[in-house]
Amino acid sequence: MTEPKPILRTHGLRREFVTAKPLFGAAQVVRAVDGVDLEIAEGETFAIVGESGCGKSTLARLLVRLIAPTGGEVWYGGTNIADLDEGAMRALRRELQFIFQDPFSSLNPRMSVGALIEEPLGAHGIGTSQERKARVAELLTRVGLRPDHADRYPHEFSGGQRQRIGIARALASGPKVVIGDEPVSALDVSIQAQVVNILEDLKEEFGLTLVIIAHDLAVIRHMADRVAVMYLGEIVETGTADALFARPRHPYTEALLAAIPIARTGARRASAHIEGDLPNPIAPPSGCRFHTRCRYATEICRTDHPRLTGSGAGQVACHHSDTLALTGLADADTDRPAAAKARFALYRDAQARKAKETTEP
Amino acid sequence: MTAIPESMARPRSRFWRKLRANPSAILGGLLVAFFVLVALAAPLLPVPGPAETDWLAVRKPPSAAHLFGTDEIGRDVLSRMIWGAQASLLAGVVSVLIAVVLGVPLGVISGYRRGWTDAAISRFTEALLAAPFLILAIALAAFLGPSLRNAMIAIGLAAMPVFIRIARAQTMSVMTEDYVESARAIGLRHLPLITRYILPNIFPPILVQATLTIATAIIAEASLSFLGLGQQPPAPSWGSMLNTAKNFLEQAPWMAMWPGIGIFLVVLGFNLLGDGLRDALDPRDI
Repeated sequence: MTEPKPILRTHGLRREFVTAKPLFGAAQVVRAVDGVDLEIAEGETFAIVGESGCGKSTLARLLVRLIAPTGGEVWYGGTNIADLDEGAMRALRRELQFIFQDPFSSLNPRMSVGALIEEPLGAHGIGTSQERKARVAELLTRVGLRPDHADRYPHEFSGGQRQRIGIARALASGPKVVIGDEPVSALDVSIQAQVVNILEDLKEEFGLTLVIIAHDLAVIRHMADRVAVMYLGEIVETGTADALFARPRHPYTEALLAAIPIARTGARRASAHIEGDLPNPIAPPSGCRFHTRCRYATEICRTDHPRLTGSGAGQVACHHSDTLALTGLADADTDRPAAAKARFALYRDAQARKAKETTEP
Repeated sequence: MTAIPESMARPRSRFWRKLRANPSAILGGLLVAFFVLVALAAPLLPVPGPAETDWLAVRKPPSAAHLFGTDEIGRDVLSRMIWGAQASLLAGVVSVLIAVVLGVPLGVISGYRRGWTDAAISRFTEALLAAPFLILAIALAAFLGPSLRNAMIAIGLAAMPVFIRIARAQTMSVMTEDYVESARAIGLRHLPLITRYILPNIFPPILVQATLTIATAIIAEASLSFLGLGQQPPAPSWGSMLNTAKNFLEQAPWMAMWPGIGIFLVVLGFNLLGDGLRDALDPRDI
C-alpha cells in the first residue's frame, strides 16, 4: 500500500474526567483516553474496537471535538482542531460529521424528518430553500426512505429507519469525514447488515473517510480497511483488517477474535480467553494494562509499560508480540467441507454475473 | 421557525385524548372557561355598572333586583363580581406571563451556560426564594406603589424564581440528551439550538407550572387588593370587595360570600386544569 496522506491524525490525545473532587486533596480522575496516536488515511474505513468502557466513544467525540481534549492534538488536514476557536470549529463541522449510537435518542422528537435533515444545510448556509428541499428528498431516497417521509416525525419510524435518517442528516452538508459511534449496535442484528451496506455504498458514492467505533468485531470485519484495538484508553494494536483478523499480534486482539461466534458445523466455539471485567480505569494496572487478564503475562508485563511500536501498516504494544503465535480467524473458506465450498463458489459466480448485468445493460 | 408548532401536531392528539379522559381536568377547564367568558362579556351583560350607587338599596340581601345583593354604598354585588373577574383573571394571567417571560430565559441561560453565569443566576434565584412568595409580592407592590398594574408586576417578579428553577433544571436535563449533542455535531449556533432543541422540549412542565401559578397569582392579587395594594377603588376586584366586606360580616355576609366563592372556584378551576395538563403531558404513561 502506498502511503496515502492522512486526513485525520491525533498525537498524544488525552481526555480525563473528574469523577470526584474532594474539598482537600487531589481530584480523582479517569483517564478515558490516554495518549492516543492515530493516522486515518483519506478515503479509508477505519475501525476502532474495544469492549465497553475502554474509551472508544470518548475518542470518537474527541476526533470531532464534541468534547474537548485534556491534552494532545487532533489534526484535520493542516488544522489542529484541538485548539480551534468556537466559530472556526463550527464552520469546520460541515466537513466532519458524526453518526450516533442510539437512533431513538439522537433525533429531536419535536422536529420533522425533513427539518432534521435540512438543518445542517441551514446551519452552514448551503443552498436556497428550494435547493435544500430537493437535497432532503434526494438524501431520503439515497438512504432508502421516501421523499414524502420528510413530513413525518422520528417516533413514526423503526430503529433501522431512524438510523438511516441519522445517516442522511450526517451526510447532508457533504462531509469529508464521518465518525460513527457504534452506528449499528443499537439495532436488531437483521437490520445491522442493511445499515452497514448503506454506509458502505454512501462511502463510495460521496468519497467519505469513515471512522467506525464498534465493540463487535463481526460488524466491522468486512467493512474496515484498517482497525485499531483499544484497551483502557490506549491503542494496543493497529493493522489492516485482513492482517489483524488473520494474525493478531496482541493477546487482547486474539481474545476479542476468539469471542466471535462462527456459524458453521464443527467450528470452534466462541470462547472467553479473558475473564472478569475491565480493571478500574481510575487506577489502571501497572505495566501493561492488560496483564491482569492476559494469559501470556510474565514479570515484565507487570512492571514495564509497553509502547506502541511498528510501522504505519501495523503497530502493537506488547512485550511478547515477536515470540507469541496467536490465533486469528482463518479465512472462513479454508476449512469448509468440499460441498459447502462448491456451493459458495456457485453463489459467488451468480453474484458476479448479476453485478455485471446491472453495470452493463 | 415554523417547525415547532407543526412538530407538536402528533403528540398533541394523544395529549387531547388523555386530557378529555380526565373528568377533573374537564371540570377545571369548564370553570376557567366560564370565568373567562364572564369576564370578557362583562360589558354586554344586563347588570348595572360596577360603580353605580343606589342609595335606596344599601347593604340589601340578594333579591330579584340585585341577585347577589348590594354593598355598603348600594352597588350591585353581581356586577362588581363580573367586572372584578376581569381584574382577577387579568392579574393571574399577566403576572404569570411576566414570570414566564423573565424567568424561563434566565433559567435556560443558567442551565445552558453553566459555570459562573449559572452560579450568579442561581444565587439571585435563591435570594428571591428566601422570602415567602406573598411577603415578597407585598413588599414589591408596596415599593412600586398601589395599582393593579404594579400588583401584577410585583406578583410576576415574586413568581419568577420558580420558573427560573424549573427552566434551569429542565434545560440541564435536556442538555444531556443525544439529540442536543447531535445539534452541536452538525455545527448549529447557540440561538437555534436553544429555540429548536431546548425550548420545545422543556415547554410541557413550564405550561403545567404556569397554569398552577395562575391560581396562586389570583389569590395573591386578591390578597394585595385586600390590603389596598392592588385594584384601586372604585374599580372592583374580588380582593378589594373582601376587604370592604370584612367590616360588614354580620350585617351583610353576602358581600364577603360571593367574592370568596368566586376566588375559590376560579382557583380550583386552574388547579384542576393544571393537574390535568400535568398528567396529560406526562410521557411516562401513554
